[in-house]
Amino acid sequence: MELTWEIIILQIIMGLALGAIYVILASGLSIIFGLLDVLNFAHGTFYMLGAYAVFVAISLCGNFWIAMVSAIVIVALLGGLFEITLLKRLYGTEPIYPLLLCFGFSIFMPDVIKLIFGLVGKVVEYPKIFQGAAFVGTLILPKYRIFLVVLMGVVLLALWLFMNKTDIGMIIRAATRDRLMVSCLGINVSRVWTVGFMLGVGLAALAGVIAAPMVQTIPNMGDEMTVESFVVVVIGGLGSLGGAVLGGLLLGQVVSFVSFLYPDWSNVAIFMAMAVILVVRPRGLFGEEGRA
Amino acid sequence: MLKVENINTYYGDSHILQDVSLEVHLGEIVVLLGRNGVGKTTTLKSIMGIEPPKTGKILYKGEEITGNQPYQNVQKGLAIIPEDRRIIPNLTVEENLKLGILHKKKKLNVAERFDMVYQYFPKLKLRVNQMGESLSGGEQQMLTIARAMVSKPDLMMIDEPTEGLAPLIVEEIGEILRRLQRDGATILLVEQNYQVSLSLSDNLRAYILEKGQIKLSGTSEELHACQDEVERCLGVKL
Repeated sequence: MELTWEIIILQIIMGLALGAIYVILASGLSIIFGLLDVLNFAHGTFYMLGAYAVFVAISLCGNFWIAMVSAIVIVALLGGLFEITLLKRLYGTEPIYPLLLCFGFSIFMPDVIKLIFGLVGKVVEYPKIFQGAAFVGTLILPKYRIFLVVLMGVVLLALWLFMNKTDIGMIIRAATRDRLMVSCLGINVSRVWTVGFMLGVGLAALAGVIAAPMVQTIPNMGDEMTVESFVVVVIGGLGSLGGAVLGGLLLGQVVSFVSFLYPDWSNVAIFMAMAVILVVRPRGLFGEEGRA
Repeated sequence: MLKVENINTYYGDSHILQDVSLEVHLGEIVVLLGRNGVGKTTTLKSIMGIEPPKTGKILYKGEEITGNQPYQNVQKGLAIIPEDRRIIPNLTVEENLKLGILHKKKKLNVAERFDMVYQYFPKLKLRVNQMGESLSGGEQQMLTIARAMVSKPDLMMIDEPTEGLAPLIVEEIGEILRRLQRDGATILLVEQNYQVSLSLSDNLRAYILEKGQIKLSGTSEELHACQDEVERCLGVKL
């Protein structure tokens, strides 16, 4: 197909929308890693749970927006339960243990979903007002994708305000750097970890919710997303929120254009992008020296 | 106010504190002296709950606090000012102070406490929006004291506040400690510098640690009387 400027703009929008999902997903992963030092191999699982939760909630209440909020809340609460009952016991042990726990959860949970919902994919409809496309001259603007880009902006703004303007956000920023001192200032860090984990998992759920109408909602939909969100975070620099944003947007564009121009290469493109960036800048775009 | 009874603390297999006992009374300044590596910092960490002792008891205001989490002890009114200062590098000066008062936000008038702290440390007021990591060593030391003071703790444990600072700043910090003492603060101080610590107050008491054990203790006069022994323990000529 010929690459006209209309198509280029369309692909950029598609890439931005995909990037929005990556950004939201990877911000959650980055917060969890920065605060808890846990490599959350179940991140894609919570993304998948978000998609299923919104499916169930829509069939119960019929409204996408109410379903969206309740799906995020439910998955965040589940994440809180996971952190309090299981993950918390492993802090202070070898880093491999929390990782294995998350990995185990990422194998266990899709099977539970399979038992409940079966293997056949579930369909989540686009919300009514964002169905179809808007036409501006010869430009095609898919409404839902544009909504995702705006939503990403809103989420990032909210996240920024939360981190920089609230007490709990300040504690999270501080605990990311020096949890012992935060504890020595009278703050129960253990509770902060639960909040941070719920926040990270809630973001994964939101990514799953907004991805649900665009992809097939199947039990294993989260598996590759775990890997891809790690790629985003590694490209951006581990533990850096700004890095997750830039990495996510970059990856969205790479996937969008490669899958349009060279569809066969779309699966390896993100890893090639990661390899190139790591060769040039081993700690990622915004990574700090000395923080692995 | 604080009573430590025969605590034994280990790092792995090494027996760091051996039957350490000490007491701090209300309004008093107590100095913990000793050479490097005898367990002064570990004593503070044990009291705080960072390195809880294996055996022994720690009583604070008559209540046993052995094995408490650090944050619980801070909420009861203890404060620690660590030797490595531990300013949160990615927070501003003001945020660092805010972090120090969060657990008592409801009980204290935050604005009033901030004013009080800035009276003590006018230099910090000029730097409120600067990141913690951009401060000089002396400023960081001031901020770490300020961060502990702001929540109006009943007992401040201060670890080597003058270490690595220029003489002029050491003098300044000494003045701050004297002022704190006059204002009625209770302080447990770890200090290498015997002269600096003795100059802090006329009626201070000191404990001298050697290899994890309390070797000597007494008021400044009492220690003066056995100067030879003090010199031997500290490895200095006075």
